[in-house]
Amino acid sequence: MMTLANKAAVTGVGDTDYTRDAGGRSALSLQLEAALKALADAGLTPRDIDGIVMPSPGGPVVAEDLVTNLGIPDLRFSTGTPLGGAGPVAALQCAAAAVASGICSHVLLTLGRTGRSGQRIGARIQQMPQFRTVGEFEAPSGALAPAQYYAPMARRHMELYGTTSRQLAEIAVTTRHHAMLNGNARMTQPISIEDHQASRMISDPLRLLDCSLESDGAVAIIVSAAERAKDLRQPRILLAGMAEGHPDSPSAITQRGDMTRLGLAKAAPRAFAMAGVTPADIDVAEIYDCFTYIVLCQLEDLGFCGKGEGGAFVEGGALGLGGRLPVNTHGGLLSQAHMAGMNHVAELVRQLRGEAGRAQVKEAEVGLVTGYGDLGDGTLAIMTRG
Amino acid sequence: MPEATPESRPYWEGLERQALMLQRCANCGLVRHYPRPMCDACQSMATDWVEASRDATVHSWTVAHHPFHPAFRAELPYVLVTADLPEGVRLLAQLRGGTAEALRPGLPLRVEFEANAEGLTLPVLRLRDG
Repeated sequence: MMTLANKAAVTGVGDTDYTRDAGGRSALSLQLEAALKALADAGLTPRDIDGIVMPSPGGPVVAEDLVTNLGIPDLRFSTGTPLGGAGPVAALQCAAAAVASGICSHVLLTLGRTGRSGQRIGARIQQMPQFRTVGEFEAPSGALAPAQYYAPMARRHMELYGTTSRQLAEIAVTTRHHAMLNGNARMTQPISIEDHQASRMISDPLRLLDCSLESDGAVAIIVSAAERAKDLRQPRILLAGMAEGHPDSPSAITQRGDMTRLGLAKAAPRAFAMAGVTPADIDVAEIYDCFTYIVLCQLEDLGFCGKGEGGAFVEGGALGLGGRLPVNTHGGLLSQAHMAGMNHVAELVRQLRGEAGRAQVKEAEVGLVTGYGDLGDGTLAIMTRG
Repeated sequence: MPEATPESRPYWEGLERQALMLQRCANCGLVRHYPRPMCDACQSMATDWVEASRDATVHSWTVAHHPFHPAFRAELPYVLVTADLPEGVRLLAQLRGGTAEALRPGLPLRVEFEANAEGLTLPVLRLRDG
């Protein structure tokens, strides 16, 4: 059977500064800046790009905008992966499939927005077809925003397994510490578990410091055929295993048989099998963190611990550098910026290249990045230095 | 105001007369919610409607504190309960007659109805002991 394992590599990454306000710049302008940086990083020019996968189709930028501005002369493949925050990692798999099948050789992925200075999440999701069901049946009762849709999952986990808010705080505190090492992160001051416990309630049990940061900025990634990647500027980072998974009752968490199980639980065994590794082999993990609880739940669904054991797993700084499993070494969506997880992809590539600066995980050779979006879709990519 | 679809109109019309109406597959009998065209067990599009018993139990909940929309600012904080219905589906509705401190999974609730400021009738969940 044909496998996508190691048929494609990430060859370029680029990102803008992450800010509260990009000073009136458009999402397109930010994405073009990131694209130029990714091209320079890879040692490619716009003429080399023959594929585009938009990880957030329906957003403010379409492939045609990239073609027009960058002057891409012969685009052979253009599509999108509409899975919300699971989109960027889904786009990696889509791009890998395109280059492995020979449709194209170098695929550009861009994502960026004015998520802080422009339209905010509560307004954005009202326009997304994936939220049509909850929009009709739950929004009239006052369930309007992701925090309110996901909080009952966290509460259910707490009731079933004894998970505590202080355990969620561990995730926020560690992630903040990592952001402070990064140099391009929105948050630069340390927080404690007590700070987390004192932060105002948003949607119980989720407090302000359980929530990610609406931000302005952009990230671009280039995926190339593995053979073509050998000649490029950077050490190639191979896409060893990839999968997406969709939860039961994908349109409404309310109707999901087990609301503590995400789509990632279906994707993880597939991606690990494709890569030929197990959770024990993972040196660094960039895990989608729109909310702290979503990290905890994914650690379980990835198989780092059993269902219900995530709270104990994250205690005692286990997710920090030098801990059991370094997680979100860039500061994540919680403390670097909400770039829908594209910044997680960029960080994993930098870790595996040894470019992660003060947050570098020593001898990082195998890592993973997850995506989570649209009420439970899950994606996973396992990468290795090749 | 939600925009009803051909599939959901009987649900909204039911609420108006204070009835919680659920779709039931006319082929295999499976009750489904939220309203949609097809039964995911047998792929039949033949649909009946049944009135729910109004019994419910707590599955999970959240307490909304942050105003994501100005229309709900005055109601804050409010409790949103995810409730199991004996018909086999779940209901999301605001809690009446108690606070979140009283909640635990399995606690019995009763479905009631309330019109909101726009005149739309919505289900609410009241603590049985409340």
